[in-house]
Amino acid sequence: MAERCALLIGTRKGAFVLEGDRQGSTWDVRGPLCEGWPIHDMILDPATGAILAAGGSPWYGASVWRSDDLGASWTQSSEGLTYGDADSAPRLETIWTLTPAHGALYAGVEPAGLFRSEDGGATWRHVEGLTNHPTRPHWQPGNGGLCLHSIVPHPTDTDRVWVGISAVGTFETRDGGSTWETRNAGVRADFVPGPPPEFGQCVHKLVMAADGGEHLYQQNHCGVYRSTDGGRQWQEITAGLPSQFGFPMAAHPRDPQTVWTVPLNGDDTGRYVPDGSAAVWRTHDGGDSWIRAGDGLPQRDAYVGVLREAMAVDRLDPVGVYFGTSTGQLYGSDDEGRSWRLIADQLPSIWSVEAMVLDR
Amino acid sequence: MTAEMDGPTVTVVLPRSLTALFPGTPLRCDATGSTVTELIDDLERRVPGLRDRLCDGMALRRHLNVFVAGQQAALSTAVQDGEVVHVIPAVSGG
Repeated sequence: MAERCALLIGTRKGAFVLEGDRQGSTWDVRGPLCEGWPIHDMILDPATGAILAAGGSPWYGASVWRSDDLGASWTQSSEGLTYGDADSAPRLETIWTLTPAHGALYAGVEPAGLFRSEDGGATWRHVEGLTNHPTRPHWQPGNGGLCLHSIVPHPTDTDRVWVGISAVGTFETRDGGSTWETRNAGVRADFVPGPPPEFGQCVHKLVMAADGGEHLYQQNHCGVYRSTDGGRQWQEITAGLPSQFGFPMAAHPRDPQTVWTVPLNGDDTGRYVPDGSAAVWRTHDGGDSWIRAGDGLPQRDAYVGVLREAMAVDRLDPVGVYFGTSTGQLYGSDDEGRSWRLIADQLPSIWSVEAMVLDR
Repeated sequence: MTAEMDGPTVTVVLPRSLTALFPGTPLRCDATGSTVTELIDDLERRVPGLRDRLCDGMALRRHLNVFVAGQQAALSTAVQDGEVVHVIPAVSGG
């Protein structure tokens, strides 16, 4: 039976929903949705079945959009998404990521902070413990701004959450957000002199492996890393990749040793796929070795980039892998990233990709 | 949509890109209040969430302009009965 999927695509100019058979060549494209707002992230909320999209309009500010009918109709709300009305309070610029967690939702925003919703995104509460971390006055933005872009809840312990902030690094809470600890040991920060600092690393994407809650991977500005102790110590696994630099990373939903990434040529050389030849790289041994897959992707003159939220996996067997480029091409693989085909072209710059299986 | 408060009643003209966020909201609304802030508060009572789209904390969002009787206004600008208030997005984006 054909496996019908929906791909949720956030772009610089609106959200899109693509529906199609995973093995098919034709996908129905609906959009632009959310009134053409810049959408940094678009997800399925497993607690409610709703689609949520988050971003920020240059005119109307940041908001979370919600659709209960696969994108046919939408509402939006930003109630509680604020650092307060005081003159000294930072103005919330946009929302970078949404993440479901044990029936609740988290939002990561710019300037960096974490918010939590208990009602499906209608209202939000600031997780002040992270903002009150003693390192906060020293946080510095990356090129994309001071953004909290990765949220990784522990699969069973509702009190544990990791977040990734550019260019600050990884933090973990073990008490539901009241207190946080840095988790950057072993991660380089080549853009500051001396040994790696406690914080100030430029994590680009943080993901969790599927084996219990201590096994993490990250694509960083300065390499690729894994941790098997919840981020207390990181081990670099860049060797075998063509570049230490990239943004996206996706973890296999069942095999903790398999992750995918898209290396780019470097932070100061254009941030394209190396040599204009597009490829997704994967490891099946936790990063000890890497395999290049360019079959079906343009192998010359492809000066494309892939941003941090723009790669996703489905939960089918074999796993489907999907990624979108900053120039509007969307690619998919139904064989766990070994071969690829173009799903959609000429979309706006793709900022996020999420895959949902509609039926089997 | 009609006003519910006492005070000067004006016509507020909203941009399509704003009313689209709140299905059913007309482009022209009657609102009551002595200042632009009070007009927005009046509209918020009938269109929950509207204020967050127009204001960032205690200030008008920086890429939105409000005109009272054709003159650029601030949140504190006073309004007179029968005037027309326009909310217009600034030229922005790319």
